[in-house]
Amino acid sequence: MIWDVELHRALVHERTRFDLEVRFASDAERLVLHGASGAGKTQTLKMIAGIARPDRGRVVVADRALYDSASRISLSAQERRLGYVFQDYALFPHLTVRQNIAFGLRRGWLNPARSFADAAVERWIATFHLGAVAGHYPHQLSGGQRQRTALARALVNGPDALLLDEPFAALDKALARRLRGELKELQAQLRVPMLLITHDDDDLRDLAHGVVELQGGRVVAAPAAVEAT
Amino acid sequence: MEAAWIALALTLKVAGWATALNLVLGVAVGYAIARGRFPGRDVVDAVLTLPMVMPPTVLGYYLLVLLGSHGAFGAWLIEHFGIRLIFTWQGAVIAAMVVAFPLVFKAARAAFETVDPQLEDAARTVGVHEVAIFFRVTLPLAWRGILAGLLLSFARALGEFGATLMVAGSIPGRTQTMSIAVYEAVQAGQDDAANFLVAVTSIVCVAVLLAAGRLVPGRVAARGS
Repeated sequence: MIWDVELHRALVHERTRFDLEVRFASDAERLVLHGASGAGKTQTLKMIAGIARPDRGRVVVADRALYDSASRISLSAQERRLGYVFQDYALFPHLTVRQNIAFGLRRGWLNPARSFADAAVERWIATFHLGAVAGHYPHQLSGGQRQRTALARALVNGPDALLLDEPFAALDKALARRLRGELKELQAQLRVPMLLITHDDDDLRDLAHGVVELQGGRVVAAPAAVEAT
Repeated sequence: MEAAWIALALTLKVAGWATALNLVLGVAVGYAIARGRFPGRDVVDAVLTLPMVMPPTVLGYYLLVLLGSHGAFGAWLIEHFGIRLIFTWQGAVIAAMVVAFPLVFKAARAAFETVDPQLEDAARTVGVHEVAIFFRVTLPLAWRGILAGLLLSFARALGEFGATLMVAGSIPGRTQTMSIAVYEAVQAGQDDAANFLVAVTSIVCVAVLLAAGRLVPGRVAARGS
């Protein structure tokens, strides 16, 4: 099983209460978390990544137990080896494209130098056609370049799986379509499992091997095997 | 005139040490309040901001009570280390530090709060550990705001009078800082000395404020996002 997730979390904000009760298991290499905004998709993804804490539950990705409240397993986000692409990309504004991509390759107290060279960094800069803007800062990039930089940063460490939060929401339709194609191709090539959040039906149709439908913090449709393309 | 230069050197030494200590303390406390989620955060913030609004003489009195040879901390220092802080330049450093602390702490807290926590999350997901995240993401994005606060606190420490006088007194060449020397010169009718001291103090303060103005976060916000 690639994805085996069970998460319980009561989110209390001022006087409203939101109970997240998510449970799904799937073997889909490209699994889509689908639902309206406010359904708990991002929270679910953050808990899988380890940057938000569930009250209890279990997260197993690619046969590796990352979190299990019953047996007191709780790996830190750093130990989970999952790539994460944030909805607004969350690129480091004070670092260049090259430094952003290389960020996770340096574990010390200093950021990679502007001239940081490494085979993995070169590979992703080439793959995503970022050579011309490698020395640019995030605010100088187009939407598509930002998205590719975020993807490269998430992939450079060779993660066990890739988590993407609405990766195309910030882009116009034509660009979204093109990048969707690129992402699909990349996934097929790397065979890295992907869990993708979306409320866009195009993403579902073009990308999904399996779908988990979320509504009001609950799974309403178990992942069905969608025709693989 | 030579006395004035001695007073200036002493003032710079006292303000420099006070600012250096506030850099460490103000940044640490500002970060804890900005990112920490503990009950009573607002109360802690209010107490730490008190030195900004309380009369310096009142602060000086508190420090005397605490650090004097009969004070709780002062007695302990003398007993275990033989250190006396009252009527020393180190005492003046503590007075200036306490008075100027809120300026660094407030600036640091505000600067840290402008850093998007999602950037720290992004750094976590690529495997960088917490301490490194602070030095590689949080601090570089907040440092301009912190530096502006530091310069203001340096300027405030330069002009410190009330608390310093209470704690360190006015010993020429040892604890008599510029602002205290001005007061003594005027009291003694030494107008030339007073004029000179006032001119030097004014120039130093304007220079510091100009430097701080160039660093306010608003100027770089456009580049940041």
